[in-house]
Amino acid sequence: MCWEALKVVSMQKRIKILLTLISLLPISMCIAAGVGAYQILPWRIPEILFFREDGFAVLVHVRFPRVVLSAVVGAMLAISGATLQGIFRNPLADPGLIGVTAGAGLGATLWIVLIGGGALDIWGLPIAAFGCGVLVTVSVWKIAAERGRVRTLTLLLAGIALNSFAGAGIGLMTFLADDEQLRSLTFWLLGGFGGATWPVVLVTLPIAIIGLFVLLRQAAALNAMSLGESEAYHLGVSTETLKRWSVFGVALTVGAAVSAAGGIGFVGLVVPHLLRLLGGADHRYVLPGSAVGGAILLVSADLFSRTVIAPAELPVGIVTALIGGPFFLWLLLRFKREIFL
Amino acid sequence: MIELEGVGYRINGNWLIRDINLTIEKGMLWGFVGPNGAGKSTLLRLISGELLPTTGEIRILGKPIHNYTPQKLARLRAYLQQKRDINFPFTSLEVVLFGRHPYLKSTKETTADLLIAKKALQQVESYMFSERLYPTLSGGEASRVDVARILAQAPELFLLDEPTNHLDPRHQVQILNLCKTICRDGKTAITAIHDLNLASMYADQLLLLKNGISIACGPPKTVLTLDLLSKTYGILFEVFPHPNGYPWVMPSLSC
Repeated sequence: MCWEALKVVSMQKRIKILLTLISLLPISMCIAAGVGAYQILPWRIPEILFFREDGFAVLVHVRFPRVVLSAVVGAMLAISGATLQGIFRNPLADPGLIGVTAGAGLGATLWIVLIGGGALDIWGLPIAAFGCGVLVTVSVWKIAAERGRVRTLTLLLAGIALNSFAGAGIGLMTFLADDEQLRSLTFWLLGGFGGATWPVVLVTLPIAIIGLFVLLRQAAALNAMSLGESEAYHLGVSTETLKRWSVFGVALTVGAAVSAAGGIGFVGLVVPHLLRLLGGADHRYVLPGSAVGGAILLVSADLFSRTVIAPAELPVGIVTALIGGPFFLWLLLRFKREIFL
Repeated sequence: MIELEGVGYRINGNWLIRDINLTIEKGMLWGFVGPNGAGKSTLLRLISGELLPTTGEIRILGKPIHNYTPQKLARLRAYLQQKRDINFPFTSLEVVLFGRHPYLKSTKETTADLLIAKKALQQVESYMFSERLYPTLSGGEASRVDVARILAQAPELFLLDEPTNHLDPRHQVQILNLCKTICRDGKTAITAIHDLNLASMYADQLLLLKNGISIACGPPKTVLTLDLLSKTYGILFEVFPHPNGYPWVMPSLSC
């Protein structure tokens, strides 16, 4: 193994990275709010808001909810990825791997085709997505658990099995759906922020705040966990509690993210990796860093998705896969064994 | 310090440990010896509280071990595992700082924690690795960093599963000397160990195990005898008295 390619960094540098990311986030959000069919210069935003000049309606009713939602969803996906990687002690873990994404997608699909429509959607959809995401995650976990220990291989296989089960369910619902439902389904499956409105933001934001709060609190214990589960226990970590809260937080955030924006891949995988490359593995840095980095990434990806073929829109899931795939490949070629083993 | 009363542990219908009664006094260095699969590690993990005994009871400082919270227990005892792997790029210093986890008041280590961790690294002559990434260390270097981690944990009881594995003689002796010093300071150490001569040289008391059953228990002189060793390991041994008083054990060629 040749880990020397990774640089050792101090706490000060980590704080610097975090501060840089935190200052980049509002900048990227302002740029994203300004760009579009109706161009607004980012530095004119305060003026427009204050004096209610031309563009006020576009900003407040169209751009802001969309930008805020993409930031929130990006933060949730990235911090969930980082947490699961810590829990499974495997840098390749992704929310999709253990079925949260597929489960939440299945819940959303079942809702759209069997129940949905009308005023209930705004509450029913996230609840259905959330419930199904938690259910699938917990099932994967229970299948893999053996006398209180979780075997990584069993976990992976259980994840694959339940993923294909959820995939079959989504397929069946697609088959049963009528034309209008099919359009909604496509939105879910490819992911996008076209439906971003303030009510959606207001439903998602509290879940995100609770989820981020829960997950950030696990950071120190996740560090101990990287030595292994029994070592973490010997260091005084209540491992069962840690796992329960982490799974709860991940299911909460990913469920909310998928129900608000559909299945957006790669954010949860790429962002934590990037943070570890920049500043090391301490979860007290990787978790908050991933949240901010994921927000920036998804705000930018959404900006790209709605401008590149304007006036049409590319689903943002396609954009993250388009950026994420080659980027991940580059990481793989650049650092080969040292990151992944 | 520790009392084991009729402790047994069964898994899948097999008894890995059966009917162990043991009292471990404060300030003693204990060695658990025996063939592979004798139950040395299992017994250590039972004493650490990680495994729940099927029968009997284990008490630390007079209190049943499962009445402690994981955090309280982590301040009382530390455990050095045989197998370790870390998949993330943590530095050695960060790994040693994990030892301060049971004492964390907020999410961040204090300057005092940092000093304790650095001192622990110096004690095992590994200060020069502080800034190196743990996964880049050799087996022996990583072992020493792990020992530094449990030193930083500052417990009353040290449980060490094969601490001398992967180490050259110099560092074997260094780790065991460290155990001696720890015990002289009034702490207690239990180590599972394969090397009978190191056990003989360093341990105050030995427990000889076979198939989860206690064969013999007492000072090295009474445990490392021709008769008991041949019976336990199933090969012949030669036992000489070392000039310094402890028994000197060699497997016999003529078996």
